[in-house]
Amino acid sequence: MNRATVTQSLSVSFTVGLYGVAFGAASIAAGFSLLQTCLLSLLTFSGASQFAVVGVIGAGGSALSAITTASLLGIRNMLYAMRMAPILKVRGFTKIIAAEVTIDESTGVAIGQESLGADAMKHGFWLTGIGVYIFWNFFTVLGALGAQAMGNPSSWGLDAAVPAAFLGLVWPRLIGNFERALAASSLILAVVLSPILGAGLPIISTALLAVAFGWKARR
Amino acid sequence: MNALWISVLGTGAIAFGLKYLGHSIPEKYLTNPRMLRINTLIPIALLSALVGVQTITEKGKWIIDQRLAGVAVALIALSLKAPYFVVVISAAITSAVIYRVR
Repeated sequence: MNRATVTQSLSVSFTVGLYGVAFGAASIAAGFSLLQTCLLSLLTFSGASQFAVVGVIGAGGSALSAITTASLLGIRNMLYAMRMAPILKVRGFTKIIAAEVTIDESTGVAIGQESLGADAMKHGFWLTGIGVYIFWNFFTVLGALGAQAMGNPSSWGLDAAVPAAFLGLVWPRLIGNFERALAASSLILAVVLSPILGAGLPIISTALLAVAFGWKARR
Repeated sequence: MNALWISVLGTGAIAFGLKYLGHSIPEKYLTNPRMLRINTLIPIALLSALVGVQTITEKGKWIIDQRLAGVAVALIALSLKAPYFVVVISAAITSAVIYRVR
């Protein structure tokens, strides 16, 4: 197993997993029990969707609107799964596990290893997927039991560490002007649409940019 | 069953269902050159979008704060070919310092 792949997988797992503290605390504050909070992390296992659920419920929203918002945010995991399936080639029980850990981080690390070959992509996916799963759930419990001690995640810089972690994952893929143009236009489109569209939609809508960019053979 | 339980179990079921569905799309639909190209580009678009949204928006509003400084430092670290954990740590330190000083 490539050492760079292992290091990157572990850094991502820990940084992102740590954010589970913020989720655990937010979930309890929104009125969910400890068991419900843990189940959200164990079953849904998708940070953005989970924050959406506790955000909507905490603001007095209905279960239906909580589920809808969370599911819109979850659609991108389906797109990631389509990217990872031909590389992982899994079936049966392994496919269930692979599906559960198909998230931003595991896909991001996997595509970051593309220049090292398909095996490195697989290793990156599994190490990061399982790593985030362990840390995210562990820190969810910690946060639910008493995140007050930690205070605001912003005072630890976690609010910038997470987007920086994603930037670091996409970076190796921005090999040419074509990819850089796609990345820049996707970033701008999502930010511009954020105040207009509901949670989740600005990000998924950039998949259309990827379709437009990929439609014609490049150059 | 109350609203909290419905939202916990409903979200969990749909989240897993979407992931599983993506893994179940027959490979023949994904292997033509055009789909292959698009499929490679989608994570680049979505993750870049995520960086933007997490850096300068909060709850659907544009907000410029310590996060932007942190991510800008990460960008500099990346362009200097810094190792991955240095990129993440430098962003965290920058953001935390600005947050605490403000």
